[in-house]
Amino acid sequence: MTVLVYAENWNGNFKKSTFEAVHYAAELANLMDAETVALTISAKDDPSQLGKYGAHKVKTIENPSLETFNNQAYADAIIAVAEESNADTIVISNTSNGKAIAPLVAAKRKAAFITNVIELPESLSPFTIKRKTFSSKAIARYQTESDKKVITITANAFEYSERGQSATAEAFDFQTTAPNQELTSVSIDRATGKIGLTEADLVVSAGRGMKGPENWGMIEDLAEALGAATACSKPVSDIGWRPHSEHVGQTGIAINPQLYIAVGISGAIQHLAGVNASKNIVVINTDPDAPFFKAADYGIVGDAFEVLPKLISAIKTYKAAI
Amino acid sequence: MKILVCISHVPDTTSKIVFKNDNTEFDASGVTFVINPYDEFGLTKAMHIKESMGGTITVVNVGLAATESTLRKALAIGADEAVRINTEPTDAAFVAGLLAEYAGEENFDLIITGRESIDYNGGAVPGILSAHLNIPFVNACIGLDINADQATLIREIDGGKETLQGKLPLLIAGQKGLVEEKDLRIPAMRGIMMARKKPLRVVEASEIHKQTTVLNYQLPDEKGACTLIDPDNVDQLVELLHSEAKVI
Ligand SMILES: Cc1cc2nc3c(=O)[nH]c(=O)nc-3n(C[C@H](O)[C@H](O)[C@H](O)COP(=O)(O)OP(=O)(O)OC[C@H]3O[C@@H](n4cnc5c(N)ncnc54)[C@H](O)[C@@H]3O)c2cc1C
Ligand SMILES: Nc1ncnc2c1ncn2[C@@H]1O[C@H](COP(=O)(O)O)[C@@H](O)[C@H]1O
Repeated sequence: MTVLVYAENWNGNFKKSTFEAVHYAAELANLMDAETVALTISAKDDPSQLGKYGAHKVKTIENPSLETFNNQAYADAIIAVAEESNADTIVISNTSNGKAIAPLVAAKRKAAFITNVIELPESLSPFTIKRKTFSSKAIARYQTESDKKVITITANAFEYSERGQSATAEAFDFQTTAPNQELTSVSIDRATGKIGLTEADLVVSAGRGMKGPENWGMIEDLAEALGAATACSKPVSDIGWRPHSEHVGQTGIAINPQLYIAVGISGAIQHLAGVNASKNIVVINTDPDAPFFKAADYGIVGDAFEVLPKLISAIKTYKAAI
Repeated sequence: MKILVCISHVPDTTSKIVFKNDNTEFDASGVTFVINPYDEFGLTKAMHIKESMGGTITVVNVGLAATESTLRKALAIGADEAVRINTEPTDAAFVAGLLAEYAGEENFDLIITGRESIDYNGGAVPGILSAHLNIPFVNACIGLDINADQATLIREIDGGKETLQGKLPLLIAGQKGLVEEKDLRIPAMRGIMMARKKPLRVVEASEIHKQTTVLNYQLPDEKGACTLIDPDNVDQLVELLHSEAKVI
């Protein structure tokens, strides 16, 4: 038996979510007494390092036609490797590309498709597993009878560790079948130098309480001092103070970092839906009755314009001392 | 241009999520249901396309009779006809299979869905549907421009966006950006009156194998009490984040 994990890369490099997925697949394989095979497509990073996170073998695909991402072709490649290595269970990260590939793999393999998974299965037979649902307002226990499964896992839900072994990597000869579908990538626009929001361990977020975009310097300074990503509430991106890609919540990005600092955000139910899975929440708000305090671990009732400069300098002092 | 918009009928975003029957079922009592917010962006986009290029908009839902109010709302906003596939939408593969049976016979040029439903959050139906129909699938679509049968699409990727080019027919899973919030349409009196006369067809669901079942639900762990920190003593926060929360 084999668990296959698609080890995604960005411009050739693995990211944290890749290691989380490999680690998850290895833990799952361990439960199933199976082997863990990782697949990389057009990766530049050394594939054998995936062994450190639990992969026994790595299959690598280098094919000029797969240099740029194409969900259809990538799904076909994953299916080809799954068939060759007899993998009934396939693990994919819940990233933007993962979400574009995974349903295609599931449909073509006639596999049970379970997304947003947050834990290892609690039982293998019958296969029972927890996933986030109702926009993170609830957790559902899913069961499937199907032998074939495609599981996508939530970023930051699993901590990975290095186990120190190195995996053997071998090239997999994938022949793209004549494309019956045409979708070509024209250009990719990436905000460079920024920490990705979904994968960030620490997030500093702000809302309408900041009064205007000109005051975001403080938010960025705090994020920089911490090494955090920045986020915002929906109205802030709606009025254009911040880009839409920073909007978190029920209709924005759902995140679950180690630390979420919310400044001048009231804590409306739709906002909380996307952030309440954060392990620690700090709320800074002038209004002691702001609903966000009910969801917070630490709270400061105070004016952001006074609290933030002090907090930034306290963090800098702390960082300088370690 | 023949457009299909897949509409999911979901609890309003302000709904408190409560379960019944030993936490095995969502308790819909007192809950207002709406068009899934992502699908609303898609429906408005369909209207823009129809207004500039001509064509028809069909909306479809897999659901029981209670979802007809949501389909009527879509008709009032401007869809031409509605189809309801009569069954409880309990599993993504099942829903996508039923939608594929229906759409497979109709030859739509463009199928618009939402990025995910805000209740199941599967992000599953659109991709599976596209695979059954063997047409390209663009997820998290935030831009679509059609010129004859050529489409230019923008999709959101982690930390950026990607521009793609493709040929119709195709399937997009959309969200805000496809149109802006201010473009969303609220049904007007005239629309509501007209919607009453528009066709809403009910199709019986065929037997399609379900892959998953939900055993039960649980709510996330309640937060403990919030530790309040004096605004003049932010050092205490830094200390707690280090020693207690262990995040810095
Ligand atoms: C269909 C739908 C979907 C939605 N989806 C989302 C979503 O995904 N994400 C989301 O965020 N929202 C969403 N919303 C909007 C949500 O209901 C709230 O309106 C929104 O979250 C409020 O944003 P805010 O907290 O920034 O602003 P406000 O509610 O205006 O709160 C501002 C807060 O700042 C505080 N404040 C003011 N001055 C200061 C100061 N000097 N220092 C410190 N604090 C200060 C105030 O006390 C207040 O609590 C959605 C709404 C709908 C209808
Ligand atoms: N029961 C349904 N009927 C019609 N369309 C649906 C249904 N469920 C999901 N969809 C469509 O699929 C999208 C994604 O849903 P999901 O896969 O449940 O996250 C939704 O935004 C809808 O466009």
